[in-house]
Amino acid sequence: MKGGKLEAAAPWLVTLALLVVWQAICSVFDVSDFIFPSPYTIALSLVQYAGPIAGHAWQTFWTTMIGFAIGVVVGLALGVAIGTSRFVYKGLYPLLVAFNAIPKVAFVPILVVWFGIGSVPAVLTAFLISFFPIVVNVATGLATLEPELEDVLRSLGATKFDILWKVGLPRSLPYFFASLKVSITLAFIGTVVSETVASNQGIGYLMMSAGSSMRMPLVFAGLAVIGVMAMAMYELFAVLERRMTRWAHRGDLS
Amino acid sequence: MGYVPISIPASFVEFRDVSLAYDGQSGFAVEDISLSIAPGEFVAIVGPSGCGKSTFMKLATGLKPPTRGAVSVEGAPVNGPLKIVGMAFQAPTLLPWRTTLDNVLLPLEIVEPYRSTFKRDRAKFEDRARDLLRTVGLDGYADKHPWELSGGMQQRASICRALVHQPKMLLLDEPFGALDAFTREELWCLLRDLWSEHGFTVILVTHDLREAVFLADTVYVMSARPGRIIERRHVDLPRPRDLEVTYTDHFSEVVHDLRERIGRVRK
Repeated sequence: MKGGKLEAAAPWLVTLALLVVWQAICSVFDVSDFIFPSPYTIALSLVQYAGPIAGHAWQTFWTTMIGFAIGVVVGLALGVAIGTSRFVYKGLYPLLVAFNAIPKVAFVPILVVWFGIGSVPAVLTAFLISFFPIVVNVATGLATLEPELEDVLRSLGATKFDILWKVGLPRSLPYFFASLKVSITLAFIGTVVSETVASNQGIGYLMMSAGSSMRMPLVFAGLAVIGVMAMAMYELFAVLERRMTRWAHRGDLS
Repeated sequence: MGYVPISIPASFVEFRDVSLAYDGQSGFAVEDISLSIAPGEFVAIVGPSGCGKSTFMKLATGLKPPTRGAVSVEGAPVNGPLKIVGMAFQAPTLLPWRTTLDNVLLPLEIVEPYRSTFKRDRAKFEDRARDLLRTVGLDGYADKHPWELSGGMQQRASICRALVHQPKMLLLDEPFGALDAFTREELWCLLRDLWSEHGFTVILVTHDLREAVFLADTVYVMSARPGRIIERRHVDLPRPRDLEVTYTDHFSEVVHDLRERIGRVRK
């Protein structure tokens, strides 16, 4: 029981320890705030600029969520297509792998030409970066269906859709939810990358403009906000995963 | 080949010179198989591994059309998946997100005529599935998930799933291969009882000669690839058979005979 409590407190303890060490280094060596701000000055600027930060954070949050939502829909559709059809798999998979290898920041200038500065490039960058893990995971879940089970169902006259609906999709749910956790954090990366290059709103933009006026504590405050948002969403999807696919995590049921 | 008069005692499953080659592979997986299985007969197919026993199953259920020859079931040529069969395999292949009961109900969600009335008649179907689970000794486990069951229990549930839509033919592909010896013998008796109660036709593919002789009316021996039927052996042990029969001299003789045949084809 005691071990369990300690485990639950571990992330907080480690974070606290990190902040204390960080603060100590900054104070003892008298590091300039322009180079490496201490946690205390970062906290101060978080409070001082709470209003603008919240506005920019909200902007980043909703563009990320829209991009991520599109990524989920497209990722699911492509994953199902690749996982159920050998032809689509052979045809599309190499292209997708090639696409995934391109740094998504390289797309931002193109998106800006097409859609101008603003939220649209950010949404699309978040989408482009987040859909790939979903495709791979859903396709893997579908492709690892036991052939015997398929025989059982087919001998009863099951259609391809029956098999997909009754067996394939439920089977790939744990893979799907696992990929959501990865994808949501990637989506934040996409949005912020796009905002730093091509936007006048959002945390990425805030950090860029704060950096150019040498307000380093505010830049770090932006980093902290992104980290907290991504972590919160990751945890949300982790909880959702455990709820939806209890059967796949039977080890932790008791 | 040719015309078969109707007056011949009706065979339930009929293979006539059946061969099957898989795409992109040279040679046949099974070759020139001819046999006839009577309604309610218990047939076992034994042979060295890789002899095409599983291919035989695919042919009998209509999952694969023969490359040559013809398969007919109930007098009609097989040209697609047969809905009157139930299947079970060495792996129980239960769905981990469903309870045992829901696993057993799965075929009823798919096969007609149950499919179209499944929602309406669910309570009735559930009773049937629970009855079936009771007869295999799984009452009390209906609402558990597969991972909470032992291997033998999972295999019992898998057999229930194969039987829930009251198939006329039960196809078993080494269903007891992964179980320990005691559980295996328990399940032999279970299968024997289910068979004598319901009277379906059984095709049992197995490596285990004792299993084949204990359960089957007729044992077919297949040769190594390409699989051919090289021997048809009628098992004349009286029924009902008790496990004790496996310790009799006559039983050992039959098993020994078959063992010799297989030893020869493996060379």
